[in-house]
Amino acid sequence: MAERPEDLNLPNAVITRIIKEALPDGVNVSKEARRAISQAASVFVLYATSCANNFAMKAKRKTLNAGDVMSAMEEMEFERFLEPLREALEDDIRELSHMKMKNSEHIQKFSFSQTSSERRDDNSSSVIDSVNVPNIFWKCDSNVCSHTSGRFEIF
Amino acid sequence: MSKIKDEHASSNKKMISLPISRVRLIMKSSPDVSSINQDALFLTTKATELFVQHLAHSSFNNGPGKETNSLSYSDLANTAEETETFHFLTDILPKKILARDYLRTLEQMEEEDADF
Repeated sequence: MAERPEDLNLPNAVITRIIKEALPDGVNVSKEARRAISQAASVFVLYATSCANNFAMKAKRKTLNAGDVMSAMEEMEFERFLEPLREALEDDIRELSHMKMKNSEHIQKFSFSQTSSERRDDNSSSVIDSVNVPNIFWKCDSNVCSHTSGRFEIF
Repeated sequence: MSKIKDEHASSNKKMISLPISRVRLIMKSSPDVSSINQDALFLTTKATELFVQHLAHSSFNNGPGKETNSLSYSDLANTAEETETFHFLTDILPKKILARDYLRTLEQMEEEDADF
């Protein structure tokens, strides 16, 4: 899977930023220490994965899920991470559903603007590339859309 | 200043700074893992960030670097050895010893073996 060993390292710039944020201002972190923390983080991922995988196997599942990771944290005695992790996941889910809501609003607006252009009588209305036409268009009435040389013209 | 930092941290709580794709690559390098659900991947990435913070923070607080305002490799190696939860790191964060001391312990071990 991993072609080069350095693919299994985490990006130094990000690790350095996280370390800086965790320590008081102006603390000097040696290059060796940064490298060591970065390697430790990779080992942490592997350790957590292996623990979580054990929980998944015990439950006869092939896919690691959130519960497995949480159980792994407990087993590794990182209980202090449980609460922040739970909050982060909740925030993430909330954000995702928010994005979905925005997307559906966007689609509604789009189809609304389309019906208003349908009502227009002039034939100089928008020409849309067939690539960008969402599924919704394929269901349009045949007398509204006509196919001309790979493009949809809406009258 | 620390207050500003706190606010910054809390507003960024839901944000993830480590690349999820890289974390997935590391997880998949484990041979018995077949597939990982999106939430599990998110949680592992977030946990890794918390881990980096925790390791840096506790090594700095336990080490002698507070006076000199610095964090060194030996602080990390000490934390790995002394703190129970960081024990799994002792293999990749070994304590550095002088070759002189190492040779001496080797000699001692040989002497002990010779006694038997």
